[in-house]
Amino acid sequence: MITTINALVDMGLLVVLSVSALMLVRCNSPLNTIILNALYSFTICSLFVIMDAVDVAFTEAAVGAGISTVLFLCVIHPDDESGRLFVWPGPLATVVALATGLLLVFGTFDMPLYGDPQVPVHTHLVTRFLEDSGTEIGIPNVVTSVLASYRGYDTLGEVVVVFTAGTSVLILLAAGHARQDSGDGLISNSILRVVMPRIIPLVILFALYVQFHGDYGPGGGFQAGVILGAGLITLALLTDSRIMQGVISERWIIRGMAGGVLVYGLVGVASMLGGGKYLDYSVLAQSSTDGQHLGILLIEIGVGITVAFTMLSLFVSFNRSGQTGD
Amino acid sequence: MTDAIPGLFNYWVAIGLFVCGLVMILDSRNMIRKMVGLNMFQSAVFLLFITMGKVENGHAPILADGISRFSNPLPHVLILTAIVVGVATTAVGLALVVRIRRAYGTVDEDEIFDRPEVEPEIVP
Repeated sequence: MITTINALVDMGLLVVLSVSALMLVRCNSPLNTIILNALYSFTICSLFVIMDAVDVAFTEAAVGAGISTVLFLCVIHPDDESGRLFVWPGPLATVVALATGLLLVFGTFDMPLYGDPQVPVHTHLVTRFLEDSGTEIGIPNVVTSVLASYRGYDTLGEVVVVFTAGTSVLILLAAGHARQDSGDGLISNSILRVVMPRIIPLVILFALYVQFHGDYGPGGGFQAGVILGAGLITLALLTDSRIMQGVISERWIIRGMAGGVLVYGLVGVASMLGGGKYLDYSVLAQSSTDGQHLGILLIEIGVGITVAFTMLSLFVSFNRSGQTGD
Repeated sequence: MTDAIPGLFNYWVAIGLFVCGLVMILDSRNMIRKMVGLNMFQSAVFLLFITMGKVENGHAPILADGISRFSNPLPHVLILTAIVVGVATTAVGLALVVRIRRAYGTVDEDEIFDRPEVEPEIVP
């Protein structure tokens, strides 16, 4: 049992999280639902920090509170506000949900207590990563070591999933008739016009820091990609689509989505040509750890590119056709 | 048993979120709200995994001098990628919602099902 302040903060945040979840269930307006969803996301992000999952918290802050909020906002429609969203759940749904919940609670009595270091989760496999990754891979962030090197195949698969999802959205929405552009985006708001151009370069700089410092601290390709995507989305929100076309055309966004996956795959091919196995970076340089460094750097760049351009592509697709229901 | 309440509280909250998400998915008529419920269901799984990764008095799994006790990095790796994949799949769901709105002019299931014998106008 954890008796430290950590447990108190944890429980406090869990109470806030539960309250925001209940408010979310009871919420009647789509707009409020989305705002509450962002609050919920930030709370769970703080919980991840408390539980030492800094990389996860980073991702959740950028994705949950940032990108998904923007995507949901693109999809809602003023007409939705008229109806009541919340209805008391019917008897069948109540029974199914409560029965599932009770069974799961019953199951928790066999679960390890929060923070117990002696449970099997912490005594197998992970001890090897924690003890040997420092000498085998040579980078301090174990999450990055496992993500990019030990589980490189899985991560490649996940990047392909992100790419596929981005392509699916393009297929579903690209054929739509373009929305009449209202002309000037949010730039007509003078506060945004003054503040945002100064913030966007910092966001992009921060994304680059997260990208290249991911070996040593929290961060990496996924987080950097999402942050860079968020910066570009902010730019797209501020300006009209013509200016955005001048910054980066849709053709290049699609090329970027595919290019990141290609970089990742080619690193694997390069390591095969170097005499190793697919995605075995050790053969990429003179010493094994240098090779690992180089390989991880390259595939993280691939991940970052694909994720950033997919996020931008999602936003562009939704923004163009999200409000053309009428 | 005295340890059970602080020791299992994280799991119970995660289960509470499961149930809330399930209710939102099962009983919502509005499809956007269903997607929010699906997101909540998903984040309950994230919370469950990260809870199991926490080690008492552990630190974030970044190797440094003088620190020997780390929380488990494996759940972190799984969930970090799951979050990004999650937003990508949510986007696919929302794209379908947009297409449904284009075809039927509403995202309310009851209104769509109540519409008698009207061929949806397929907008290319």
